[in-house]
Amino acid sequence: MSDETNKGLLSPLRRKLLMGMAAVPAITMLPRTSFAQTPATSAVNTTGLAVTDTEVTVGILHSATGTMAISETGSIEAEKLAIEQINAAGGVLGRKIKFIQEDGASDWPTFAEKAKKLLVNDKVAAIMGCWTSASRKAVLPVVEQYNGMLYYPTFYEGLEQSKNVIYTGQEATQQILAGLNWIAKEKGAKTFFFIGSDYIWPRTSNKIARKHVENVLKGKVVGEEYYPLGNTQFNSVINKIKLTKPDVIFTDVVGGSNVAFYKQLKAAGIDLAKQPLLTISVTEDEIDGIGGENIAGAYACMKYFQSLDNPNNKAFVPAFKKMWGEKTVIGDVTQAAYLGPWLWKLTVEKAGSFDVDKIAAASPGVEFKGAPEGYVRIHENHHLWSKTRVGRAKLDGQFELIYETADLVEPDPFPKGYQ
Amino acid sequence: MTDNRFFNRSELIGILVLAVFLVAVLPLTLDVFRLNLVAKYLTYAFVALGLVICWGYGGILSLGQGVFFGLGGYCMAMFLKLEASSVENTKIQSTPGIPDFMDWNQLTALPFFWKPFHSLTFTVAAIVLVPGIFALIIGTAMFKRRVGGTYFAIITQAVAAILTILIVGQQGYTGGINGMTDLRTLKGWDIRPDHAKIALYFFEVGCLFVCIMIAQFVRHSKLGRILVAMREKEDRVRFSGYSVANFKIFAFCIAAVFAAVGGAMFALNVGFMSPSFVGIVPSIEMVIYTAVGGRLSILGAIYGTLLVNFAKTSLSETFPELWLFGLGGLFIAVVLAFPNGLAGIWGDYVQPRIERLIASRKPKPEGWTDGSVADGAPAE
Repeated sequence: MSDETNKGLLSPLRRKLLMGMAAVPAITMLPRTSFAQTPATSAVNTTGLAVTDTEVTVGILHSATGTMAISETGSIEAEKLAIEQINAAGGVLGRKIKFIQEDGASDWPTFAEKAKKLLVNDKVAAIMGCWTSASRKAVLPVVEQYNGMLYYPTFYEGLEQSKNVIYTGQEATQQILAGLNWIAKEKGAKTFFFIGSDYIWPRTSNKIARKHVENVLKGKVVGEEYYPLGNTQFNSVINKIKLTKPDVIFTDVVGGSNVAFYKQLKAAGIDLAKQPLLTISVTEDEIDGIGGENIAGAYACMKYFQSLDNPNNKAFVPAFKKMWGEKTVIGDVTQAAYLGPWLWKLTVEKAGSFDVDKIAAASPGVEFKGAPEGYVRIHENHHLWSKTRVGRAKLDGQFELIYETADLVEPDPFPKGYQ
Repeated sequence: MTDNRFFNRSELIGILVLAVFLVAVLPLTLDVFRLNLVAKYLTYAFVALGLVICWGYGGILSLGQGVFFGLGGYCMAMFLKLEASSVENTKIQSTPGIPDFMDWNQLTALPFFWKPFHSLTFTVAAIVLVPGIFALIIGTAMFKRRVGGTYFAIITQAVAAILTILIVGQQGYTGGINGMTDLRTLKGWDIRPDHAKIALYFFEVGCLFVCIMIAQFVRHSKLGRILVAMREKEDRVRFSGYSVANFKIFAFCIAAVFAAVGGAMFALNVGFMSPSFVGIVPSIEMVIYTAVGGRLSILGAIYGTLLVNFAKTSLSETFPELWLFGLGGLFIAVVLAFPNGLAGIWGDYVQPRIERLIASRKPKPEGWTDGSVADGAPAE
């Protein structure tokens, strides 16, 4: 139902009639066959969401300003691309997606305020948004209270599960365990040194990694250090690394700190070609800032790399670059953000309704075969089944795929034995 | 002209107008979502009010009011978080019955300093006393040594930075950078539904007026005049035999307590507390609210807070990628063109005209001469 003339046909009166006769097949009343795919609004939207006969509104809620803007911009771009592609392919239940973008401004309460605005004022059918755990924690009570649907793209620490959230990124065990197994086997690694930024995600991730190293791999953690967000002085920890000579440096330092960390590692004479380093926090986006020459040789554990060689990704990367410029890079989270609108569309079509309760119930089992990372499926716990991959950073800022799990890894946000 | 202890005639009118605006106009014209936003803005008005006394009258520029806002807010949030972390609500955790972030940080028991926050009475006392005593300590340490002006401002900034780092670093005890989220009930009363939001709004407005009255009282008392005298010529006040330090400490403590009440209201109204309200940037923002409203005017500070926050929300909704520039432009314009803020504009341009208009209708206003009272400009 793309042409404007159809709008006139659905006069308010007719819409009322349709509502009153939800039981009667709507198509018989309408002259155009294109309506066959477009179920009546009253039938697919029983809770007063912003759904009309031609449009459905969703919200995009990321930081366009502030310190997180550099990371979240990729997610915004990916979500807009997905929405455009869905619209070009006919929309969702015959309705075009319209989006309202709000700025969380890297400020967690602002995220909560804007989420509330999107749900209460704009009645959006779903929100694609949040990036940091802090912003998600701020938004979570809001989406639960007003029964919204949030598609959250970032890999995160787990320990959470909500009817109102679909986590399109990996939770901690999905990201970490396979990578540690691989490096232990490949490099015969026994000793590990952990370095992280000081907040919930690195702390929880390292806790899981430590249990895995000690209990499963029978190795040893020889050091564990945390630095405040934005820290740029890593000399003391680098000295400790030189002293303890770990088999593997395992890092989850985030954001701008990475630039200082890798430059200082290099300046201290630690050659990543010889000293294995496994990071779970550096994607192509971060390398843009770090510089390929400073990090080449490091291993990253993700579920997606821009260089992945599969037909979906070969269509996705050029489409993204065409929309947002040749120079843009696509990191793990950007790809996960791209999944959000698509998964929502597929779930709405499976449920045959925009109602949040029906979407939440229909989500488990929804599969997206067109995912750039290959194939994903939503688990009963609202996380995604996806593969874990290890890539090696190259000079040009891209990753070379070294290893991937044979099967999809089951999401396990509350891992037994790791808490 | 009668000068009672609280306000003169034009101030009385001003307060009544504000009361009608907050109690009747806004609740009748705004939906619950917007009203709750106003409630959030008004929490900063408490801070701005304190800054009028401390900075506007006392001349003590504090760039660390976020510290007190945060202390008040965290006290309230701790109480609410404990109530939200009942064993029943947290049975999914390894240790049920403690706040979720403690569980994530492998704490297995409630830390000792959290325990008193099971009591609402203790919490309310702590909201006032903790920041009050903290301000007393900082104030005593600084003012007794005659540290003032820029140095004092820098030290307050340092305190704000230190407290932020402390909160972020001790995440097992404080919730770290995520803050304390998901606050639900106050003594069993759900603070999240619409009717609760409305009730909390009116409660907050009530508290705000109590604080306005206290501020008015300070301003009109001898104390207020000494503060102004101190601001203008500190040595002369000292040589007259007054203990300058004690007056400064008092002004700073009052500002701290107002800020803390604001912080507690914030936790109640927004259901949230995080270190992003404690640091340097929010502290400076709070000073900007006061500057835009007019640092010499009690009511101006409240309107300034509302205006800046409204601008912030509406600009960011309309131009999600450009709004910060607009906001920056607004600040520069106000400070360059109108150093006394909104209250200055009102006092210099609007009010004289209104008075002239009234005066031309009423040929002889009894006992009240034109222009002798200008709201916003210091009466002194």
